[in-house]
Parts: sequence; structure tokens; C-alpha cells
Amino acid sequence: MRFVDEFRDAGAARALATRIAELCEPGRQYTFMEVCGGHTHTIYQHGLEDYLPEQINLVHGPGCPVCVIPMGRVDDAIHIAEQPDVILASFGDMMRVPGGRGSFLEANAAGTDIRMVYSPLDALKLARSHPDKHVVFMAIGFETTAPSTAVTIQRAAAEGLDNFSVFCNHVTILPAIKAILDSPDLRLDGFLGPGHVSTVIGCEPYRFITRDYHKPLVVAGFEPLDILQAVYQLMQQLAEGRCEVENQYSRVVPWQGNPAALRAVHEVMELRPYFEWRGLGFISHSALRIRPEYAKFDTEARMALPGVRVADPKACQCGEVLKGVLKPWECKVFGTACTPETPIGTCMVSSEGACAAYYNFGRFSRQRVKEATRV
Amino acid sequence: MCLGIPGQVVELRTDRPDLAEVDVSGVRRPINIGLLIDDPPVPGDWILIHVGFALSKIDEAEAKAAMDFLVSLGQAYDDELAALQASRIE
Repeated sequence: MRFVDEFRDAGAARALATRIAELCEPGRQYTFMEVCGGHTHTIYQHGLEDYLPEQINLVHGPGCPVCVIPMGRVDDAIHIAEQPDVILASFGDMMRVPGGRGSFLEANAAGTDIRMVYSPLDALKLARSHPDKHVVFMAIGFETTAPSTAVTIQRAAAEGLDNFSVFCNHVTILPAIKAILDSPDLRLDGFLGPGHVSTVIGCEPYRFITRDYHKPLVVAGFEPLDILQAVYQLMQQLAEGRCEVENQYSRVVPWQGNPAALRAVHEVMELRPYFEWRGLGFISHSALRIRPEYAKFDTEARMALPGVRVADPKACQCGEVLKGVLKPWECKVFGTACTPETPIGTCMVSSEGACAAYYNFGRFSRQRVKEATRV
Repeated sequence: MCLGIPGQVVELRTDRPDLAEVDVSGVRRPINIGLLIDDPPVPGDWILIHVGFALSKIDEAEAKAAMDFLVSLGQAYDDELAALQASRIE
């Protein structure tokens, strides 16, 4: 049995950090990527980089679903909302994401009806209660949220609703990891695997990373000690010459994932040939679209969209941040022109974006850790 | 949206096998449990909820740890919990 206080214990963190330091080979630098935005949040909030030896560098990956939506898709969503008798329902995280023509909030100020919902089922409920409107759900997220969208579409089909559809922007994490591994920009020694995505897909799909790229991956939980433990497991593997997929978060993540969730996604959605990711460009088979059998619930099949590709603002370096090439504070507009209140890039919008996490916690946590270590 | 929120199953809905009444931070809400069909929860079980759907069963210690972690997030968690509490899924 594990106790909550254990995770709050800076002493336990330091003990783990000491064991990590003992595994460092003199003169060698280690770079690990945490794929998930939730991990980024924990790392900055608790100043975990300050616990780790200087030889270990944590870089932040593309696992923030709001951050990777390209501006053109935001514009397409606003175009949908501008059609007569349309209500667009969106997770709150998307409301301030800037598109080429502004954000959802700005579109509402100009007359669209874009509403925040907590669940795709709330969007379905809106459709039931507004039979005179067409309700479109702006679906975003990795494998964690795709099953919810799939089940909602199945529900709409079972009820025979004809005023509900989904603007599908679901993305899949593995092709993005592969794109980063194939990129010459970054040399990585291993990965902290995403916790919640793995709840759905399980641990087996990561095998290509160990087999083809010879990088270890440890699926990690979200507590500070989870992350340090996962780093320790990565260091152990490197020290022992092993290269495996390990599951540090087995108290939540089953090795085989959630088969019912995977079945729902497979029944309703299929892979797109390619999809544009902010910062990473077009990646093959990296996103989901709705199968033709469910075309009635596919906004893209029901209405023509502009589909115009919009380049990110020149000053914005979210792409480099999402690839782990730049740290948030190395971006030229970080904290000056780009802040959570007036974001230029998506990484500053979502609380899981690396820039927002660092902006909110970075300086604070460093101070906090200094104080804690003084005791 | 990406946050997993722990809740405790209070009651299964006999009229809708895919729904359960769940206590989330002291507030009772209907939650979709259809994705746990291979290992359905019973009253008293703890689950981790994403956008209105239970994605995994967890133990009580993990639920407490997850809640502690969420509370430490501050505003991001407040927003998510407020959104969940405004949600009335069917």
C-alpha cells in the first residue's frame, strides 16, 4: 500500500534522485522526453528538474492535444459555427486557442454560438434539446478522449438523431513519437510514456520504440515521485544495457489497455492518410476520421470546409517547443509578447502546454525547491 | 480535458446499464461506465473519469492520490471540476 504523503515527501524525492545520480556515467548527458502534457505540468510545478543531476535533461514532447491543433482547423471550426443554425460545442481548453481569424471567444463576440461542454455527451444533450439547430462537437484529444467521442456517436446513431455531428480532430500519439524519433533535431535516450493514453492503448504498442529505435520507454504516473521513479527505471535500463517497455503506472494502466475503448474507436473511426500537426507538419496515419458508415455524424462529410492551411505566426516557436528542441523560456516571445492572458501560440494556452506550465510554475517551483532543500 | 478525475460509484442505473451515479468530490453525477464493460464496477468501487466516461478502475489509495494531485493543480482543476459539475450527461 502506498501513502499519499510519500509523494509529497521531498526527502523521498531526494533519495530517489541520489540513486538516479549513482547510475549516471561520468561525462555522459542523458535526454529523456516526457510525451504527455500532464507530466510537463508536474515537472514544472514541483521543480523536478532541480532534483535531478545536471547530466539529466528532460524535454517536453507533443502530448498536449490543444497545442497540436493547427490554426487552419481552428478556422474551419469557426467557419462551421458561422453557418446558420449551428451550435458548436467545445471543451473549454479550446476557447482561447488562436486561429488565423482569432479564437472561439472572439468568434462568439462576433455572433457565433460556441459553447463550452465537459463531455461529448453534453453536446449530444444540446442536440436533443435544440432540434431546430445542428449541434457540432469539436472533438480533440489523443486516445484518452477518442473513445468518448466514438461512444457518443454510437449513442447518436442508436437514438436516430439527425442534428448532431462531430468535427473530428482526434490524433494518435505513436506516429508523433515516430516523427520525433525520425527527426535529426534531437537525440533522445528514452521516453516517459503517457499515463492516460496508455490506459486506453496499453503498453504493447510502444514496442516499436524499443525494437526499431532502441530507446527504452517507461509509462509513468503523474505524481512527482512517479516521474522520478520512471526516470530511475530508464537509467537502470541504460546502465544494465536493457531496452524495454516498462509500466511504472500499473496501479492505473493495465498492460493490455482498455479493449472496450479500443473497440469503440475502431468501430466508429479510421486512420486518416495524413494530418497536419502544429509544429510537426503533416504526419502519415496520425489522426482519426469518422468511418463512412457513420458519415451522417461526420461534420466534414456534411459540409464543405475551407481547409486552408495557415502558417503559425513568425514569432511563435511552439513547433520547436512541441518537438522538444526548445525549452519554453528559449522562445523569443515567451513571457513578453506571449503570456497565458494574450497567447500567441497554443503552448501558452492550455494548462498542459509546456509554456503555460513553465510560466505558471517555473520560477515559483525553483524558489520552492531551494527552500525545501535548505531545511 | 486531459485530467482524470477520481469518483466513487454510488449506484448503478437499472434503466441504463451504461450509466452509474458517481460521487465526485462530494457531488453526485451520472457517469458513463460503458467502457468498463469487460470489468464492470459495482457500488463502492473507485473509477478514473475522463470527459464523463470512466476509463479505468482504481483503488482508494490511488483515488486519494489522484485527488490530491488535482487539487495541487489549482485553477486547471477548479475549471475541470466546475465543468464536470455543470455537466448533466444522459
